[in-house]
Amino acid sequence: MRAAVVSFPGSNRERDIVMALERASGKKPVVVWHGEAEIPDCDLIVLPGGFSYGDYLRAGAMAAHSPAMKELKRKAAQGVPVLGVCNGFQILTEAGLLPGALMRNASLKFVCRQVHLRVEESQSLFTNAYEKGQVIRVPVAHADGNYTADPETLKHMEDRGLVAFRYVTADGRTDPATNPNGSIHAIAGIFNETKTVLGLMPHPEDATDPDAGGMDGFGMFKSLVDALH
Amino acid sequence: MKATVHVTLKPGVLDPQGQAIGHALSGLGFAGVTSVRMGKFLELDLAETDRAKAEAQVKAMCEKLLANTVIESYRVEIGS
Amino acid sequence: MIPNAKITDAVVKEHGLTADEYALLLKIMDREPTLAELGIFSVMWSEHCSYKSSRVWLKTFPVSGPKVLQGPGENAGAVDIGDGLAAVFKIESHNHPSFIEPYQGAATGVGGILRDVFTMGARPIANLNALRFGDPSHPKTKHLVSGVVAGIGGYGNCIGVPTVAGETNFHPSYNGNILVNAMTVGLARADRIFKAAARGPGNRVLYVGAKTGRDGIHGATMASAEFTEESEAKRPTVQVGDPFTEKLLLEACLELMAEDAIVAIQDMGAAGLTSSSVEMAARGGLGIELDLDRVPVRETGMTAYEIMLSESQERMLLVVKPGAETIAERIFAKWELDCADIGVVTETGHLVVSKNGVVEIDIPVAPLVDQAPLYRRPYVASPKRVEIKAANVKVVDPVHALKRLMGTPDQASKRWIWDQYDHLVGNDTIQTPGGDAAVVRVRDTRKALAMVVDCTPRYCVADPKTGGMQAVAETWRNLTAVGAEPIAITDNLNFGNPERPEIMGQIVGCVEGMSEACRALDYPVISGNVSLYNETNGQAIMPTPVVGGVGLLDEYTKTVGIGLRQPGQALVLLGETKGWLGASIYLRDIAGWEEGAPPPVDLAAERRNGDLVRRLIREGKVLACHDLSDGGLLVAVAEMALAGGVGARLDASPAGIPAAGWWFGEDQARYLVAAASAEPILAAATAAGVPARVVGTTEADSLTLAGSGAISLDELRGIHEGWLPGYMS
Repeated sequence: MRAAVVSFPGSNRERDIVMALERASGKKPVVVWHGEAEIPDCDLIVLPGGFSYGDYLRAGAMAAHSPAMKELKRKAAQGVPVLGVCNGFQILTEAGLLPGALMRNASLKFVCRQVHLRVEESQSLFTNAYEKGQVIRVPVAHADGNYTADPETLKHMEDRGLVAFRYVTADGRTDPATNPNGSIHAIAGIFNETKTVLGLMPHPEDATDPDAGGMDGFGMFKSLVDALH
Repeated sequence: MKATVHVTLKPGVLDPQGQAIGHALSGLGFAGVTSVRMGKFLELDLAETDRAKAEAQVKAMCEKLLANTVIESYRVEIGS
Repeated sequence: MIPNAKITDAVVKEHGLTADEYALLLKIMDREPTLAELGIFSVMWSEHCSYKSSRVWLKTFPVSGPKVLQGPGENAGAVDIGDGLAAVFKIESHNHPSFIEPYQGAATGVGGILRDVFTMGARPIANLNALRFGDPSHPKTKHLVSGVVAGIGGYGNCIGVPTVAGETNFHPSYNGNILVNAMTVGLARADRIFKAAARGPGNRVLYVGAKTGRDGIHGATMASAEFTEESEAKRPTVQVGDPFTEKLLLEACLELMAEDAIVAIQDMGAAGLTSSSVEMAARGGLGIELDLDRVPVRETGMTAYEIMLSESQERMLLVVKPGAETIAERIFAKWELDCADIGVVTETGHLVVSKNGVVEIDIPVAPLVDQAPLYRRPYVASPKRVEIKAANVKVVDPVHALKRLMGTPDQASKRWIWDQYDHLVGNDTIQTPGGDAAVVRVRDTRKALAMVVDCTPRYCVADPKTGGMQAVAETWRNLTAVGAEPIAITDNLNFGNPERPEIMGQIVGCVEGMSEACRALDYPVISGNVSLYNETNGQAIMPTPVVGGVGLLDEYTKTVGIGLRQPGQALVLLGETKGWLGASIYLRDIAGWEEGAPPPVDLAAERRNGDLVRRLIREGKVLACHDLSDGGLLVAVAEMALAGGVGARLDASPAGIPAAGWWFGEDQARYLVAAASAEPILAAATAAGVPARVVGTTEADSLTLAGSGAISLDELRGIHEGWLPGYMS
C-alpha cells in the first residue's frame, strides 16, 4: 500500500500517522505539502491531525481550500480512498467530502483522554480487520469534535450504515458520560456514500505501538493494508 | 469600500458558548436574559467601489470560506 | 542625534532606575541619553534582564559536570544523553502577565520557553508547568485557573508539543500573585547546538518571524516591580500569542539550522529587539548596527523607543554567514514568515540604531552589560521553627483523615487540568500525567527522558535552606522512581521583594540548600530564571524555588509507574520513617496548624536509597514505585491504588511511632515499591544499608488498615477526582 499524507501549515500529528502507516505497510508514505497542486499516484490519501492555519476562523476551513485539496477531491471522485483523522476529519467536512460539521466541544474545553469506540461497520476498507460491535480503546485530543448534521442526513447515515465509530463505555454501551465532546448520536467517525472516505475524531494512529498507547488502533491500518495491498 | 459580515449559528443549532455566556450573565445577576447566541463579526476593506458588486463578492466569500453554511448563516452589510 | 526629549527625574523614576543607577548611566554615556537609550538601559538593568539582586547568589550554583554541554547563560541549558544527542531544557516564569490576563499570559509563557529551546537547535518534545494559585475561595482564583489552563493548552496543543507533567497548588499567599512557570524539554544533535554570540563583522543581522506591534512595551520592567491595585489597569502591556505562527517559526528555524547558514540566533523575548541585539553583541564582544526602517511592523507611526522595546511574540534575531541571506529568505518565504535584513555586525562595540536616517541610539555595549548594577542586598535569615513532636499532634482516625486529605485542593486529582492538555501528540509519552515523573521516548533509540517539576513552598517558608534542598531532592527522587538516572536541573526562583531583608534571607537560604543538594547528588543547574517582587500591597508569596529535573532511561521499557495492578504483591517501604509531622500536609489540613520545622533532608541517605531503588527497577524486581511526599505513606498508597485500580491491606502502625506520624509523616528519602516477592527487595536493602520494611499486601477493590477500617476504591476515587471538576463547574 502506497500512502500519501498531506501536510498543512499547523499540522502536528503527521509524524504519528506516518509511523503507523509504515508499521502496518512496511512502506514509508510520501508527505505532500499543501501548496503542491499534485499528489503522486497512491492507494490512499491521508489528512493528519493538528491545527491547520491555527484553527483560525473554523477548524479545517482554510485548509479545505488549499491547492492539494483540489487534487484530493479529484482523486477521491475517481475512487482513491481518503482517511481524515481529527483535523483531517474537520477539513473533509469543510471541503464537502463528508456530510455534517464539527463544532466546539460541548464542554467548551480541549479534551485529551483515552476513549472507547464501538466499531459500527466492519464491511469497509478501513475496518475489515475489526468485528462489528468490537470495542476498541484509542485516544482523543481535540477542541472541536462535536459532530452535528441535520436530521435527514443523520437518518440517512444511520439507515445506510455510514456511521463508522461511536463513543461508548468500556462494555460497549452509549452513555452521555462517556461522550467526550457532545457529538450527536455519539458519532466518532463517518463514511461517505461509497465508504471510500472515512473521517474520525479519535487517533487510532496513537494506538499502534505496544509500548505507547496499545495496539487497538492498529486494526484500521491493517484493514487498509489488507484491502489495498 | 468597507464591508461587514456577521456569522451566527443557524437557529436550532446548539450553541454551547452562547449557553455558557447566558449562564454567566445570570450568575452575575443579570436576570431575564432568555437566550444568548454567539457569532463572529468580520470587517473587510475592499478595492471594489460598486456597492452591488461588492455585496456579490462578499456573499461569495461567505459561501466559500467565511461561513460554514451547514451550521452557520451570515449577513452582509456594505458600508461607505 | 535627534533633539532630546527632556529626561527629568520623573522620567527616570518611571523607567525604574534609581538615582545611583542613572548616575552610572550618565557616566557610561558621557552625555544625557535619548529617551530610547533610557528605555534600553531601563530594561537591560531591570531585575528581569540583569538579575541584579540574585546574580551574586546564582553564581554559587554548581553548573558543570561530565554531561553538561551548555550551562546557564544561553537561551537554555544542554546535557549529553549519548548517541550524539543532547537534551536541551529550561524553565521560565510568566507570573505577572498571567495574573493580569490569564489566558494570554500563560499562552505566551509557553511560547517564550518553547522559543528558548528551539533557538538552541532543539526540537521541543515536551512541556511541563508548575502553577500556584490563591485560596480556592478567593473571588479571582477560579477565573485564573480556568484562563491559565486554557492558555497553556491553547498554545501547546496547537503547536503540537505534548504537555506531560506539572504540579498545581493553592495557598492564600498567592491570592494577589499567581505563579505560572513553564518548562520545555527538547532534543538536539550534540554537535549542532546553536548559540547567541555574534561573530564576524560585516555579517548581516536578520529579523524573522511575526511583525512588530506595540505589545508588551515594558513588560520586562513590569515583571520587576511590585504589584499595586493600579497596575491591573495596565492591560495593554500584555502580549497576545499566536501558536500557529510559532509552529511555522519552529519548523522554519529548524530547517534553516540544517543548512550551514547561521552564526548566531537569539529569541526576542523580554525586552524584544533590545535584549536580543545587546546580548548577541555582548557575547561576541562586538557591535551591532540596526536600521529600524527595515523592521517589519504591523502598526503605523511606531517610534524607535517602541520598536526597540516591543515584546511582540514569535520573533527571532539571526546573524547569518556571508551569502546565506538568500537561503534564509527562501526558507522563511516557504513558511510564509517575514525575513528582513535589518542590520550588520560591526567592530565598534556599540549598539547603533537609526530610524528615518537619524541615529537615535548609540550605546557602548560592554559597559551596558558588564557594569549593570549588581546588588548584594542585606538579608536576615528566617527564624528557626521548633520541631513538632508527632506525639503532640491531634490524633484522627487514619481512614477518616485520608478521606479528607484526598479531596483537599492540593491533594485532589488534577485530571481536570491535564485532560485539557494534549499529552500524547508524538506518540512517545510512555508515562502520562498523574505519576511521579513523565517519560518521553527519544525517537530512533531505545532511550527515554524522564522529567518533572517540584517545589514544596511550605517547607521553604519554614526553613529556606531545607526547603531548597528538598525541592532538588524531590525531583531527583521522582526521576529515580520511574527508573531514570537524574542528569541535571533547571530552576525558577519565585520570591517577593528582594529589597526586604527577610525576603532576601529566603532567597539566600533556598539557593544555599539547592546548591548543597545539587552538589551532593551530582545534579548540576544548567539553566534557570528568577522572578522577584511577587507581592501585592506588601504581602509576599511563599518562597517558591521551583525545580525542573531531567533524567535518562537507557531502555524505556524498564520504566515502572505508580499503579498497583495485581493483588497479592508485597508493598515494601524503603527509607527511614520517624513520623515527622512538622510543616506537613496532615498538620495543616487535618490539625489546622501551619507550623513547625520541615522534615530534615539527609542527602547521603537520599542518594543511597535512590540508587538502590533505581537498581531494583532496572533489574526488573519492582512492579510499581512511588516516592513518598505530601501526605506520607497513606496518601502514597491511595494514589498507587487509584492509579492501577488495585487496593491494599496495610499492617498496623509499628510500636514506637505515633500512628499519625506513621501514616502521614513526611520523612524524606522514602519510596514505596510493589514487588512479586518482598525477599529480594529486603535482602538488597540490607546489603545497601537502606532501612526497609514490608507494610502490606495488594488486594482488590479497597484499602484496608489493620485495626482502623477500610475504604473502597470507588469511594476514594469519587473523593479524589471530584474536587477540582466540582470547584470549576
